[in-house]
Amino acid sequence: MSKPRDVLFDPLFNKNPIGLQILGICSALAVTTKLETVIVMALAVTFVIAGSNVSVSLIRNQIPGSIRIIVEITIIATLVIIVDQFLKAYAFGISKQLSVFVGLIITNCIVLGRAEAFAMKNPPGLSFLDGIGNGLGYSIVLLIVAFFRELFGAGKLLGFTILPNVNEGGWYLPNGLMLLPPSAFFIIGLLIWALRSWKTDQIEEEN
Amino acid sequence: MEHYLSLLIRSIFIENMALAFFLGMCTFLAVSKKVDTAIGLGIAVVVVQTITVPANNLIYQFLLKEGALEWLGMAETNLTFIGLICYIGVIAAIVQILEMVLDRFFPSLYNSLGIFLPLITVNCAILGGSLFMVERDYNFAESVVFGFGSGTGWALALVALAGIREKMKYADVPPGLRGLGITFMITGLMAMAFMAFSGIQL
Repeated sequence: MSKPRDVLFDPLFNKNPIGLQILGICSALAVTTKLETVIVMALAVTFVIAGSNVSVSLIRNQIPGSIRIIVEITIIATLVIIVDQFLKAYAFGISKQLSVFVGLIITNCIVLGRAEAFAMKNPPGLSFLDGIGNGLGYSIVLLIVAFFRELFGAGKLLGFTILPNVNEGGWYLPNGLMLLPPSAFFIIGLLIWALRSWKTDQIEEEN
Repeated sequence: MEHYLSLLIRSIFIENMALAFFLGMCTFLAVSKKVDTAIGLGIAVVVVQTITVPANNLIYQFLLKEGALEWLGMAETNLTFIGLICYIGVIAAIVQILEMVLDRFFPSLYNSLGIFLPLITVNCAILGGSLFMVERDYNFAESVVFGFGSGTGWALALVALAGIREKMKYADVPPGLRGLGITFMITGLMAMAFMAFSGIQL
């Protein structure tokens, strides 16, 4: 039986869902041009993972094996609709910026992956911690990527000017590439490199 | 006609699902080790995308959109909020039906695509296609073109990446970058190359 502490903190660096398991990269990268949207997205994803893990875990003994995927998807879709409606009501501007990517949390592989791999086999309490842990592991990667992209792409953090722009009389010439899609791939690639240089056991075998 | 051609080019190259919107990344990175499997999955995605986007378009136009239920005498009903659950349901059902039809009538095709079909249900590119269709308010003909175009664009990027990764065997990659890390870098370079298409107007 795994310890609650490990369940909560392992996904942060040791078993990071993005860095090691290649899960949940899909919908997330496109929202990382600004820290603000990333914080909202990270909270939304963490809520959905924790909620779906608990719900799936509660009814895990009642779900017939053959239809479990569709049951899990229905639970996840319901939670995502709640998040979507909540954002539309209280944070309409951000909800517009995130556009389809809130809906795409449904097909975010982390959510289904954790429901399938962890919540189907473990009690609700542990599943909740696992959900929070994986949500945090995902959030950390997103926050780092967004930090670099917003800082170097616009010279700002959360809308506050850190590096004064040339256009506004400062000295910093913004790097436009950072706001375009390819930079997200490079930053994640470098991040994985850094993570694997630190935790050398994660290096992949040459094939 | 020009309008549709322009939409097709845009959905294949300029607004490439994988490289411009990061959709379907998990499968994109996991199944791009060999060209053969990449082609199989690519074809499956094109087929499923071309069917599901128009199907969801019909559901949106005639059942969910505000005022769409007028024929039932409920002109004010707006069901767009349950859209997400409907689209994913339709996708899951269509993938399942397609699997059974292929199994019954085209067993050889089924055997080559078999393992990839269930994976497609949770491919973000498929759901993303339907969501973009709703957001941009495409009509039925546009949704057929968009579905086909976005599927083709995704398949193209997948096969291209698989081709590059096969050649990576000959490269000496630093240990920490091996596998996932270098794949991200390649995808980033490909995304930059695809950006050269932006601004093309027909």
